[in-house]
Amino acid sequence: MESKKFFALCILIFTLALTGCGLSAEEEKSDNVVYVYSWGDYLDPEVLEKFEEETGIRVILDEYDTNETMYPRVAEGAVHYDVICPSDYMVQKMIANNLLQPLNFDFLPNAKEYIGEDFFRQSQSFDSENEYSVPYCWGTVGIMYDKTRVEEFPNSWTILWEEKYKDEILMQDSARDALMIPLKIMGKSMNETDKTALKLARDMLIKQKPIVQAYVVDEVKDKLISGEAKMGVVFSGEALMIMLENPNYDFVVPREGTNFWIDSWVITRDAENVENAHKFIDFMCRPDIAVINFDYLGYSTPNIAVQDLEEDEEIRESPVAFPNPEVYSGQETYKYLGNDMDRYYNNLWLQVKVE
Amino acid sequence: MIVRLKFVYLAAIFLFLYAPIGVLMAQSFNESRYRGHWTGFTFKWYDSLFENEQIFDALQNTVSIGIFSAGIATIIALITCVALREFGKKPRAIFMGVANIPILNADIVTGISLMLLFMGMGLKLGYGTILLAHIVFNVPYVMLCIMPQFMSLDKSFYEAALDLGASPFQAFVKVILPELRPGIFAGFLLAFTMSADDFIITHFTKGAGVDTLPTEIYAELKLGIHPEMYALSTLVFFFVVIFVILFTMARKRLADKEVF
Amino acid sequence: MFKSAGVKTLFMTPFCLWAGIFIFVPLLCMIWYGLTNDDEIFTPANLTLAFEPPYFKALLLSIGLALVSTIICLLLAYPLCLILTDKARDLSTAVSLLFILPLWMNSLLLTMAWQTILEKNGIINQVLRYFNLPDVALINTPTAIIIGMVYNFLPYMVLPLYVSLSKIDKRIIEAARDLGASYMQTFWKVILPLSLPGAAGGMTMVFIPALTTFVISALLGGGKLLLIGNVIEQEFIAGYNWHWGAGLSMVLMIFILINMAVTIFFDNSHEEVEEK
Repeated sequence: MESKKFFALCILIFTLALTGCGLSAEEEKSDNVVYVYSWGDYLDPEVLEKFEEETGIRVILDEYDTNETMYPRVAEGAVHYDVICPSDYMVQKMIANNLLQPLNFDFLPNAKEYIGEDFFRQSQSFDSENEYSVPYCWGTVGIMYDKTRVEEFPNSWTILWEEKYKDEILMQDSARDALMIPLKIMGKSMNETDKTALKLARDMLIKQKPIVQAYVVDEVKDKLISGEAKMGVVFSGEALMIMLENPNYDFVVPREGTNFWIDSWVITRDAENVENAHKFIDFMCRPDIAVINFDYLGYSTPNIAVQDLEEDEEIRESPVAFPNPEVYSGQETYKYLGNDMDRYYNNLWLQVKVE
Repeated sequence: MIVRLKFVYLAAIFLFLYAPIGVLMAQSFNESRYRGHWTGFTFKWYDSLFENEQIFDALQNTVSIGIFSAGIATIIALITCVALREFGKKPRAIFMGVANIPILNADIVTGISLMLLFMGMGLKLGYGTILLAHIVFNVPYVMLCIMPQFMSLDKSFYEAALDLGASPFQAFVKVILPELRPGIFAGFLLAFTMSADDFIITHFTKGAGVDTLPTEIYAELKLGIHPEMYALSTLVFFFVVIFVILFTMARKRLADKEVF
Repeated sequence: MFKSAGVKTLFMTPFCLWAGIFIFVPLLCMIWYGLTNDDEIFTPANLTLAFEPPYFKALLLSIGLALVSTIICLLLAYPLCLILTDKARDLSTAVSLLFILPLWMNSLLLTMAWQTILEKNGIINQVLRYFNLPDVALINTPTAIIIGMVYNFLPYMVLPLYVSLSKIDKRIIEAARDLGASYMQTFWKVILPLSLPGAAGGMTMVFIPALTTFVISALLGGGKLLLIGNVIEQEFIAGYNWHWGAGLSMVLMIFILINMAVTIFFDNSHEEVEEK
């Protein structure tokens, strides 16, 4: 009996201590806030502190791991976020579903001055009038390969179909990213809506499946760094991380073309702190802030002032971190193809995965 | 011979259960942030863990939601089991089946439907809604642990207590509860565990700025898990192990005393 | 136990209220999604979907893997719990804590740790190479998924089983032995029947989560094996098709019915019902 009391007491003290801390933390509430919903680790905590210090606006940050887990929470209005950072096609989907509001660029002087024109132009493929979004990160998709174990230069997606690399290939586990590759090989658009072309692409993926080691998402970094596979399809931001960790790897964008992706800041339709949201977005475009975020994140930035401010020479000169415009010029960006087409893609992907 | 066989079997199971924890611990001392890539020994993740308020906030939420949701779920389950014992086989099975629905549904179904429910009820998503959602999926786990024991209870002791003049409540607390203790304890532990490990339901029912450790970990996936999480896991592990040892020793001493 | 029907009703009220709000309303909501399409027209199409090729294959594979994992858990847990119940009783709390402890680490992190163990250059293969033995291919196979499931769900089998075994009166077992029953006979005739309710609870708690898991199959199966949990998740999240997702999920409700049947079967309280 004594021991039971002892145990109960332990739990009681523990809970009280915890809730005590919890309650005290909630007291310092103020009205001057901005609700930000962004990708995990997309913002250096230091930047948020600076923002709070300079503007007196408290940032309430929530993070998501994919566009698709973010969307239902916003679409159903579960929480009224002010600023979100979705990817290209998701921006378009949110515009189409009337979830965003046009930005007021008078309040975004830094965005006008420092965000490269190329990126605004590319954004037009999902935000036709550049009304709703300010680019924050961008990149491409390519093949990451181990130079010491892959003899040829994989500048074509077709290397992913070569028998001799059986069990050495990592593919992306999502409908759009997977189908993009065969579509590009066929010389089609990655926003293809022709069902015969899509079925052909599906068949190519089914044919490829026996030689694929695994379909991965975020694990691709760990698997490549530890040498599990000789090559994998990765995003350019991840590529830089992998190369810094394991110099055997190199990144190449195949000649058939790739996905030029852009993650952009947007403001939601039902935002309650519109002014603060503009301040937040503009703050992120300020060069000294953008460079801190860039160093933390390692993803290419559309901010034209960052390269000169970057202190680490290796990174400043890296063509993966700061690619030439020719890497992305003429490349496509994902578009939102409508609900039915999304489902069609999704269904094709299921058919590949179940084979 | 049989004793040795038993020992080998126990050791094998413990190796199986604790091998991945060994890997987690090793990672917490790994210089590299990436899994399976050993670049050197370091304590730096422990240093940065203690500077990281966010993780401790998340830990606090996780533990308090876990304890409260498991506690409340245990009470609900206990009351329900008392009543269920009096039902016939079929109605009892039906009630148990209904209770199991939240765990049979894929987490995502439970998560999204609870999100819609809370919004329909006009609740502001936050700490409270996570707690409610966790109680929902914890109740069946506790019931599954308590019910079998309840069914095998010998009710003659209880009736004897009544005959000796105890009120039903007294008899329940003094006679039934002690008998059920292992089941209640197991149910509480399982419920706490489920709660502390849930990601999807929490993701859909949480409010802005309220994080638990699992939501924190999933958000970190894109750029790679922060090794501070491994460091935290290691610390939690040792904390619990020490607690278990002290607890067992305290019980033993008490038990020894009672003999005299 | 409590004689009056009033007490029975009183004690049932909290659960009924609770279940009404937090189980039935969400359930109805999902049934609505499951039975309608985008235009809010009633259709059974989402339910029959589960029996179309890609989905049905995933469903069968899930059932198969979940069954195998449940059986392995049961086979591992019985000897384990029998050994543990032999030990002194004041160790019971400590032992159950030791079994639950691995689960207090985040399951995603643990599953990733299993990747590190099972991978081509993983720990198992490193050890094998050290002894000049050939590599084993474990990662991205059904075996890896089963290992992951057994690991994640074994404690859910051990705890209820341990509890129900430890409740068996030692004197009954001794009596059986005194009457000349062998160890195996005692097990089959005495221990097994008395521990069935616990085993049934454990099987429910292993089988059901194993059926709908998707993290384990994604990480340890390399995404090459599609389970019904992955399909439902993909329909809800990537496809944003709640109708199909809910429909598929409703088909899984069949298992609730099976579960009820199993519960009735293992319910050894018949003598009590007869009493009334």
